[in-house]
Amino acid sequence: MIEGAAWRRWVFFYIPLTLFVFVLLFPFYWMLITTFRPDGELYQPWNSPRYQPFWTSNPTLDHIKYLFAETLFSAWLWNTMFIATISTAISLFCGVLAGYALSRLNFPFAGSLGTGIFVTYLVPQTLLFIPLADIIRNFKLGDTPWSLVLTYPTFLIPFCTWLMMGYFKSVPKELEECARIDGASRLQAMLYIIIPVAVPGILSAGIFAFTLSWNEFIYALVFLSSPEQKTVPVGVTSELIRGDVFFWGPLMAAALLGSIPVAMVYSFFVEHYVAGLTGSVKG
Amino acid sequence: MAIATIGAAARQNRQRNPRPRNRLLEDERWLAFTLLMPTAILLGLFIAYPFFKGVMLSLSSSRVGIEGDFVGLANFAKIWNDSIFRTAVWNTFWYTAVTTVFKLGFGLWLALLLNRHFKGKAYIRAAILLPFIIPTVLSTFAWKWMFDPTFSVINWALFKVGLISARINWLGDPDLAMASIIVVNVWRAVPFFAISLLAGLQTISPELQEAAAIDGARPWQRFWYVTWPLLLPVTMVVVLFSVIQTFADFQLVYVMTGGGPANATHLFATYAYQIGIGTGLLSEGAAISLAMFPFLLLIVVVQLLYIRRVETR
Repeated sequence: MIEGAAWRRWVFFYIPLTLFVFVLLFPFYWMLITTFRPDGELYQPWNSPRYQPFWTSNPTLDHIKYLFAETLFSAWLWNTMFIATISTAISLFCGVLAGYALSRLNFPFAGSLGTGIFVTYLVPQTLLFIPLADIIRNFKLGDTPWSLVLTYPTFLIPFCTWLMMGYFKSVPKELEECARIDGASRLQAMLYIIIPVAVPGILSAGIFAFTLSWNEFIYALVFLSSPEQKTVPVGVTSELIRGDVFFWGPLMAAALLGSIPVAMVYSFFVEHYVAGLTGSVKG
Repeated sequence: MAIATIGAAARQNRQRNPRPRNRLLEDERWLAFTLLMPTAILLGLFIAYPFFKGVMLSLSSSRVGIEGDFVGLANFAKIWNDSIFRTAVWNTFWYTAVTTVFKLGFGLWLALLLNRHFKGKAYIRAAILLPFIIPTVLSTFAWKWMFDPTFSVINWALFKVGLISARINWLGDPDLAMASIIVVNVWRAVPFFAISLLAGLQTISPELQEAAAIDGARPWQRFWYVTWPLLLPVTMVVVLFSVIQTFADFQLVYVMTGGGPANATHLFATYAYQIGIGTGLLSEGAAISLAMFPFLLLIVVVQLLYIRRVETR
């Protein structure tokens, strides 16, 4: 694509791309190397002659062992997994039904309801967390996973609905009409004809929703208080720091291990994830 | 569960006389109503109701455990005269503006690089999205560790290259702390911009480029007069999404500086958290959060108008 001499290809393509990849991935390398570095090496000031930034000569599993033996990290992992899975399932259920209704059925105010859902999609969690904390307390849901299972759908459903509307619109109307002529009810046509065709869309929405709930922070920070109820991001922030002392080894180990489940889901479904991401910004 | 029972009922429908419920579901309006019900309940309960409650809270004098009375706009008057709040407002606008420019610039650049054919493209594309999918709090800790004044690998690198001679206390100085936060935010969002813009680029027919090239357009001209105008709709939507997210950002600042040093790096959300949850002044915290609302509304209205304009064109 780039015309001209080989040096141009280097200057305008290979070097910038390599720099981008390096900068974007370096923090993860840093997480990895810190996880396996013994404390003696870890706490070498940067200007000390023994500072050895890119490699470790004595790899150790101490930080990971500490994480599982001395902290509630495994409980946090389980909580996060549980909350992300259930809230994704709820959001998919609601989003698929609402997406179908808004894209396929004629009813009064369909357009303004669609706009309304799009607007809630844009409501950030930080706008409502204080009154919502009050409501959660009144519902007696504080400090339980259900406080998050029920509130995460507020930002997941609009996204799922929006994405599913796009998918349903691309399914030809004739398909549904055929089923109706063969005697299927509206509901049957939806359940057995349209939804199976939209499975790739459901998968995209599900994966995207899962990573979003794994990433959520402020609701989890405000609604959960006891250490054994926390999610990974909140547990790491509140339990691995004592006052001003950061336990960097276990912290980086937790960051690494806490990222692995999302990274795995992502790596299996990269194409679906990208479809969800780009679908979410197509107006 | 619910779906299974309805499905089973629908199957029986063929054999027996249709029940009233099924006849209702044949009606488009009733079916739509039923399908939208779960969404309406959840969004009503956890978005509309908290919003209403937030407005009431911001007009009262509630604290944790104390109901409080109606005080009108006193909370808003109080935060208006609060110098930390003013700093937070300024920071939020500055943070949003600067990060958006860099995200768009780098994101577009990376998208153009990825829009070429080269070996291992699928892997590179999958790998560069990592900053966007890894939970922000966890990757921000990696950055905080890289910015640590005593053990900073960034200081080490700058020292080795010869750019600095003494240590830089990245998160201890107000301006440097803001700059560090901006770097991390840009780092996290560039993949999102790049992949979204790449999707936009791939819808542009290469024939247009070729036609322009035959007409003698230089690469820069081809970008500016052919690619950029066609990419503008996608760019607008991506930018507006990102602006909302950045404007209401919380986790990054919370982890990197917690609003410090000396409250110099607060945003709306972190300050609302500090006042509302940290010190328990619920109504004042709610007022700080709600102060974001007019700006968010403006962005959403711009976005809706823009989408409508593109659709009707």
